[in-house]
Amino acid sequence: MAAAVLFDAPGPKTVRRHRIYTLVASLSLLAVLAFIALRLQQTGQFAYVKWEPLLTPKYIEALLVDGLLKTLQMAFTSIIFAVVFGVVFGVGKLSEHAWVRWPCWAVVEFFRAVPVLLMMIFFFYEVKVAGGVSNGTTGAYWSVVAALTVYNGAVLAEVFRAGVLAVPRGQAEAAYAIGMRKTQVMSLILLPQAVKIMLPAIISQCVVALKDTSLGYAIGAIGLSTVGRSIYNGFQNQIQTVFVMALLYIVVNYLLTLVATWVQHKLVGQRKPLEVGMVGGPTPDRTLV
Amino acid sequence: MDVVLDNASAVALAFGYTLSLFVVAGVLSGIFGTLLAAMRVGPVAVLSRAAAIYVTLVRNTPLLIVIIFFRFAGPKIGLTWSFVDISIGDLNLNNLYAACVVGLTVYTTAFVCEALRSGVNAVDLGQAEAARAIGLPFSGVMREVVLPQAMRASVPPLASVQIAMLKNTTVCGVLGVLEAFARMKGLTNDYASSRTEIFVAFALIFVVLVEVLSFASARLERRWRVA
Amino acid sequence: MRHTRIKAAIAVLGLSLSLAACGDAGSDDEGRDVEAEEVEEGKFEEGTKMAELAEAGKITIGVKYDQPGLGFKDASSDVPTGFDVEVAKLLVADLGIDPASDSVTWEETISDNREPYLEEGRVDLVLASYSITDERRKVVGQTGPYFVTGQQVLVKADSDIAGIEDLKGKTVCSVTGSTSLENVEAAGAKGAPADTYSQCAEDVLNGTVEAMSTDGSILLGLAAQNEGELKVVGDEFSEERIGVGYSLETPEMCDWINGVLEESFEDGSWAEAFELTLGGSGAETPEPPALDPCPAA
Repeated sequence: MAAAVLFDAPGPKTVRRHRIYTLVASLSLLAVLAFIALRLQQTGQFAYVKWEPLLTPKYIEALLVDGLLKTLQMAFTSIIFAVVFGVVFGVGKLSEHAWVRWPCWAVVEFFRAVPVLLMMIFFFYEVKVAGGVSNGTTGAYWSVVAALTVYNGAVLAEVFRAGVLAVPRGQAEAAYAIGMRKTQVMSLILLPQAVKIMLPAIISQCVVALKDTSLGYAIGAIGLSTVGRSIYNGFQNQIQTVFVMALLYIVVNYLLTLVATWVQHKLVGQRKPLEVGMVGGPTPDRTLV
Repeated sequence: MDVVLDNASAVALAFGYTLSLFVVAGVLSGIFGTLLAAMRVGPVAVLSRAAAIYVTLVRNTPLLIVIIFFRFAGPKIGLTWSFVDISIGDLNLNNLYAACVVGLTVYTTAFVCEALRSGVNAVDLGQAEAARAIGLPFSGVMREVVLPQAMRASVPPLASVQIAMLKNTTVCGVLGVLEAFARMKGLTNDYASSRTEIFVAFALIFVVLVEVLSFASARLERRWRVA
Repeated sequence: MRHTRIKAAIAVLGLSLSLAACGDAGSDDEGRDVEAEEVEEGKFEEGTKMAELAEAGKITIGVKYDQPGLGFKDASSDVPTGFDVEVAKLLVADLGIDPASDSVTWEETISDNREPYLEEGRVDLVLASYSITDERRKVVGQTGPYFVTGQQVLVKADSDIAGIEDLKGKTVCSVTGSTSLENVEAAGAKGAPADTYSQCAEDVLNGTVEAMSTDGSILLGLAAQNEGELKVVGDEFSEERIGVGYSLETPEMCDWINGVLEESFEDGSWAEAFELTLGGSGAETPEPPALDPCPAA
């Protein structure tokens, strides 16, 4: 519902009232910003010394290469694995066989309910890497990727399931009618159409994954948050470093969101984005034919 | 499981912190999220833009960074929350706790706002038009007609947001609150031989908490469903 | 001053756990030069882990990178420095491997992954301020101790807190996944978890918490870094026995480790290592501790 239907086109009196509101609101917002700026000024946060490290090429490089690049790497690696995980368990949850459906359901529910941070720590000290990866930070890297994979994979499994169910029923019926088998119906008819509906949801999940990579902080995985920490611990410039870190995250995530919206318009049109039930919530009754 | 049972009181206290973080930040983000949503859909363009900017900024920042801001950057400009020192039973809500709650609230508020907005969007156009036709002003349209229905429609997304927040409280475990995650790390360090059991126990408690919450919200949704 | 700070912080950037040092807590020098010993034929019995390592000429050792004075990796060198590292060098040299060469791989182990690394064989030995506990001995081998320390309290220089007794009901910071946090709680204080020691020190500096507490040796290093702003107070209220970790699959290493440690206690190389590292943070060189006997094979 567009905001415009909530209120009438304002008349002269209301226009005046709205002007007053606007004035008051702008002034108070400005006052808040001014207060923050003053506070920053008083505590000497604009001093060049505090910003110097963030303008030094070495640190910029560290932030962008060790920080942002690694963060993006972790996020995208985990999303790729998560898509695979999601397809397997999403399709598994749609299976006709209870012995396939229930374990898949349990796995998906479990990983959706357990905090990512817990999973990260679990992978970090519990999973023995075959062959022994020779570097401690590599272990941390893959722990982050694994934890994000199972969490986002479980979320995507729900997305896939909803996506497949969103394909009009007639499609599957027609496919069966011309004699296709179950696997054919799934792989040739339902999944290709479902992917189109789901693409925006997958991209928004990238934003979630990207934000969650910051939790690698807890196990010392190199990434934006960890690099930022070593800078602010070294220079005591918490405010400035946090500002820069947040800025980097916001820019990248905002771009991703724009892509998601664009894809949404391109592929799905103005229809509502896919709705996914929450963890533990009731699932729609509709099952496959 | 023995380890967890032997340390039952410590584990219970840790989950006490987890739940108290959840409740306090949940209530606060509910209040501020509603105000923000009202600003967002309201007729004053400046407020609407300000709310939109807030949501965009906060939604795209990781929670960890938000809390780090209040924990480590805040004190640099004198924001230490040192006036907060409340004890409820064994729970001690100090300045570190306050900083974490503020971080959680600031972050979750943006999501509550979006959930409510999606709820408002779900209300049928005709409802608002009819309300306006009988002469209700914006506040009346919202209070009497749109919001009551929007609240119902927002139960599922709001529940999702708050469930995510429950899981997010673990981030406070590395930033000064001795909640479940921090306690789990402590136990796994002390009892190296039973790490898997400790992990499974904590994970299962989280699963139970999440399932209880979503069950409750499903009940609420069914009861409030518009006929 | 600015330069040392920047240099130190650059180094830290490459690492995960950080502590940009401008102080002198064990980071100024490269440590002692320890020469590899000649390994005669038959020094290590055939089939033992030691013979295998000496034969291969390579060893991987787990140390900490974020504890000035004990195990700390700094800009100016590729290898970590600190007391743990010095003791490790003695062990390495006894195998006929040059401690300064590339044959030694230093691996960062943090509190959470010390046991898994030993169990998986990703490291051959762990010397990472590794307190000996019965619980840990169930999963890995631990021997020593080569150093005994105790938990103390670090407060602001102008604080009147004189020890853990004054902190009942107050908030005390320590690192998650370490025994320190439980000891703080046992003493009646409220524990605040953090993920690095430098984070705790920062909290004490900006007044967010009253104090932090962990092994005295670590605190001395932090106090040295922030001279005039932080101080270590009170008696030690716990006993941490820092030992060497090895895999339970190679129990024969215990006798060998104890032998090397005993030798270093006697010939003064242990004391020398101490003075070079932890001694720099103002501690007096103590008597070498008594070693635990090895479990019967």
